[in-house]
Amino acid sequence: MSTEKGLNITLKVWRQKNAQAKGQLDTYEMKDVSPNNSFLEMLDILNDDLINQGDNPVAFDHDCREGICGACSLHINGEPHGPGRNVTTCQLHMREFQDGETIYIEPFRAKAFPVIKDLIVDRSALDRIQHAGGYISVNTSGNTQDANAIPIEKENADKAFDAATCIGCGACVAACKNASASLFVSAKVSQFALLPQGQVEAKDRVLNMVKQAEAEGFGPCSNTGACEIECPKGISIENIARMNREFLSASLTK
Amino acid sequence: MSMENSKTSIFKKVLMALSGLFLLIFLLQHFIINFLSVINPDAFNDVSHFMGTNPLIQFIMQPILMLGVVLHLVMGVVIEQRNRAARPIKYAYNKPDKNSSWMSRNMIITGVMVILFLGLHFYDFWLPEIKTKFIDGDFSGKLAGAEGYRYFTELQHKFMSPVRIIIYCLAFVFLALHLLHGFQSAFQTVGLNHNKYTPTIKKIGNLYAVLIPLGFIFIAVFHFINASH
Repeated sequence: MSTEKGLNITLKVWRQKNAQAKGQLDTYEMKDVSPNNSFLEMLDILNDDLINQGDNPVAFDHDCREGICGACSLHINGEPHGPGRNVTTCQLHMREFQDGETIYIEPFRAKAFPVIKDLIVDRSALDRIQHAGGYISVNTSGNTQDANAIPIEKENADKAFDAATCIGCGACVAACKNASASLFVSAKVSQFALLPQGQVEAKDRVLNMVKQAEAEGFGPCSNTGACEIECPKGISIENIARMNREFLSASLTK
Repeated sequence: MSMENSKTSIFKKVLMALSGLFLLIFLLQHFIINFLSVINPDAFNDVSHFMGTNPLIQFIMQPILMLGVVLHLVMGVVIEQRNRAARPIKYAYNKPDKNSSWMSRNMIITGVMVILFLGLHFYDFWLPEIKTKFIDGDFSGKLAGAEGYRYFTELQHKFMSPVRIIIYCLAFVFLALHLLHGFQSAFQTVGLNHNKYTPTIKKIGNLYAVLIPLGFIFIAVFHFINASH
């Protein structure tokens, strides 16, 4: 058990009753927070207190709490998933904060991510981009070819895997000054573009996914690189260059 | 290319990048010619006269250059509108410095400063040239009664004003900030990003973004100091 001193912190939390309501930042004082608590555990404690006082708990997204599902979000002290690098909010711990610190917690902000309640936003726009082409059509008749039977260059296999680690959390959108989903779309395009199985539908995939992202209201890419810094999976903007290449070459014939 | 594809932001960003790369090449040749004014005024006069009277440059290259500037400007404004529309509600508390450079986030500000300077630049040099050549019909490149070409004398005359020198220097600081992001960003947008060459592109971009504007500042200050002695 840790004997580290508990933290006294002030939370400024975005509270918004529903999608239509006008939200505001509410202030909560937290006493003696263990530095070993994860950020979400700290919010659990806050919610226990609020429920005990008869108030509404703060609504926030979470699921696996292991950093792999992409459910948790939160814009913490001016950064998606908080000050840590290569971590999701559930893997962020209170030891990253100072005693007496004020912590601002807001939902991911984007036109394409409308607030549902408090800190929960609707990220289904990312799902619709996936539906537009983030797949390969495989005949599941029972005689599907073993994927490992196709030789793939190691470098490409690694890059495809790196792209495929995207958990679709939306931190790239939240970090981007234009709320662009370019890193997300490019990761999903790249994971197939780098593999032979992805070639058949490559052109339609990139065109349809890019157009769907625009239709959802995500902004253009300014190459600031904020997305790759804040991405909990460390996905590189090299993928965005690949997406642009794919888009341009597909545009020549489609 | 279908119309639908050309409506996307990627297509617009590619036009932005290609026109930007073209303007980078133009700027380099402009710098080289201007630098001649420091090391060899006669050569500067000769090249200026050639550039100002050669039909290929006047009627083909110049309109292409204008098109490049207009395209870069119009696309910049259109993209900026889309940028802003994508986040109607801002963060109450945001720390963009933690993940991106000021230059990369403020291309519209540095770009607008450069275009404002371009307005002054046209007023100073381009409009008088057009008037002399196409309204007065004087293609000689010489002042009445003078022997040599007028270009170097005109340049010196413009750079006598300290206010103009300060505006010039400030404009080139904004240009440097614009290029510190713009140079490497253009390559990324057209799809060129690879461990093999991207670090070199970034180094060349940073050198270009600092040295060329600094060179223009040097030329302006050089003529100002020369003129005041």
